[in-house]
Amino acid sequence: MATTHSRAAARLMLSPAVLLLLGWMIIPLSMTIYFSFLHYNLLIPGTHDFIGFANYSYFLTDPAFFAALFNTLLLVGGVLAITIVGGVLLAILLDQPMWGQGIVRILVIAPFFVMPTVGALVWKNMFMNPVNGLFAHMAKALGLQPFDFLAQAPLASIIGMVAWQWLPFATLILLTALQSLDREQLEASEMDGASPFSTFFYITLPHLARAITVVVLIQTIFLLSVFAEILVTTNGGPGYATTNITYLVYAQSLLQFDVGGGSAGGIVAVILANIVAIFLMRMIGKNLDI
Amino acid sequence: MGEIVLDQVTKTFGHVQVIPPLDLQIEDGEFVVFVGPSGCGKSTLLRLIAGLEDVTTGEIRIDGEPATHTAPAKRGLAMVFQSYALYPHMSVKKNIAFPLKMAGLPQSVIEEKVENAAKVLNLTDYLDRRPGQLSGGQRQRVAIGRAIVREPSAFLFDEPLSNLDAALRVNMRLEISELHNSLKTTMIYVTHDQVEAMTMADKIVVLNAGRVEQVGSPLDLYNAPRNLFVAGFIGSPKMNFIEGETAEAHRATTVGIRPEHIAVSTDAGSWAGVVSVAEHLGSDTLLHVQTENLGTLTARVDGEFSVRHGSRVFLTPQEDKMHRFDARGLAIR
Repeated sequence: MATTHSRAAARLMLSPAVLLLLGWMIIPLSMTIYFSFLHYNLLIPGTHDFIGFANYSYFLTDPAFFAALFNTLLLVGGVLAITIVGGVLLAILLDQPMWGQGIVRILVIAPFFVMPTVGALVWKNMFMNPVNGLFAHMAKALGLQPFDFLAQAPLASIIGMVAWQWLPFATLILLTALQSLDREQLEASEMDGASPFSTFFYITLPHLARAITVVVLIQTIFLLSVFAEILVTTNGGPGYATTNITYLVYAQSLLQFDVGGGSAGGIVAVILANIVAIFLMRMIGKNLDI
Repeated sequence: MGEIVLDQVTKTFGHVQVIPPLDLQIEDGEFVVFVGPSGCGKSTLLRLIAGLEDVTTGEIRIDGEPATHTAPAKRGLAMVFQSYALYPHMSVKKNIAFPLKMAGLPQSVIEEKVENAAKVLNLTDYLDRRPGQLSGGQRQRVAIGRAIVREPSAFLFDEPLSNLDAALRVNMRLEISELHNSLKTTMIYVTHDQVEAMTMADKIVVLNAGRVEQVGSPLDLYNAPRNLFVAGFIGSPKMNFIEGETAEAHRATTVGIRPEHIAVSTDAGSWAGVVSVAEHLGSDTLLHVQTENLGTLTARVDGEFSVRHGSRVFLTPQEDKMHRFDARGLAIR
């Protein structure tokens, strides 16, 4: 690969893929930026006036915006917390030799194969429904008042559903990382007199740091754009209780037919995602290079 | 303090008995080497002593106290692993300090002990580095440092030099021997390399298929091997074994003669043969001689002795250095 000739050939071979990816990214982005400066409403055809930053000021001063921003952060943070802590514990559990290990592992991974809309509907109708849901039945069996999850704790319920969806992913990545931990290190720490807790905090957890970082980064990307679960369960409500930025953009452009405002919201979401990314890389990015 | 006694110890994995009932006594301050071919159970035996594996039946006593069911950390032993098992995310200092920290010692004491260990092992300049930034020999020393700070009653080494290159291995061998001389602590050392065993040990335990074949000082084993296995395993190059008429002439089923106890001459001797390979080591030359009716024999001659592939030579064994073995492979004394 070192000769000039082979490097030129490599560039030539790579260029179609690079150009395709660049076009794939640049064209929608520039279109969105362009639309975000227009007065472009599907209910008022024909008028595409340039209106400067009006769409942005409208979107950013919308009272729903800060609620949505806050909800987005809560959703991302809540799901990350549950999946990381739960994932580490589950991974440790699955790493223990036990009967039927293969089947248990497949069962644990199963939620990841259920598409988000289906998963959310199952949760909504079969578990959380205050009349027919399993939880309602359990509450009634115990003589308690059924709890209406999606009305009384809507965001927490959504966080629960999304965490259920993402827990297998975290578990899987952390389990493979756990299996790469050198057994002799664990034995050495045992010889050194470390209790199981000390071994976990001083040996296992530092070993998992890189895998945890990968899980946090990948999940954050997807969790910033959670949409299907909200659409099929609460529609962003009650009020704005479960509206995140993604849902707000959707509401703006496809419920109010305001393409300009929606585009501005989309650009704001891109900027916010980048801010989150910068903070994340600052905080945990150092774990990736050893 | 560091007397270890194994009393009728056995170990079974599933249905396979890897260690049949085994008795062994290790005196305080001894350097004991467990040696044997791969899979002979020497590492398992070490791990039983360490407490990393549970004994199936039998008893282990350390300093007279029963330790069969004592947790590894409570046995007062320290182990150096084959892969060193350093904690990769901790600096050298934290690695060495880890057992002390787990023992709950005050920070000032830990600092002092780590300083001392680092000084003994020439690690002072590397205390803030991570294991990944060290060479093989330095990692090895960190692993030893982590063992010595605990001031254990015995050190256990599990093939510690097998990941080092040949030159470094010779150096570390010396360093470990020197460490033993200065600390005077019991050391148990597992290796498959009989040269390491011969050079380092006070007492060698030769193991084969979980059984102790012979226990003794290096020269005991060299001069008076108890059976064919020990005779073939100890000494490099291997002892020559001769069966048939020649052996019967000595009233034995098999006779053994070490390559260094065979005189080679180009004009006269007991056994005639043709040199198939001559390995010139400089100081010595090893001759592989294809004899007329005894198969291939190895002989060690002076480096100056000039013969080549195809040369005709005569071999004469030193009769008093011959080892005789009966039909069961046991030595006849």
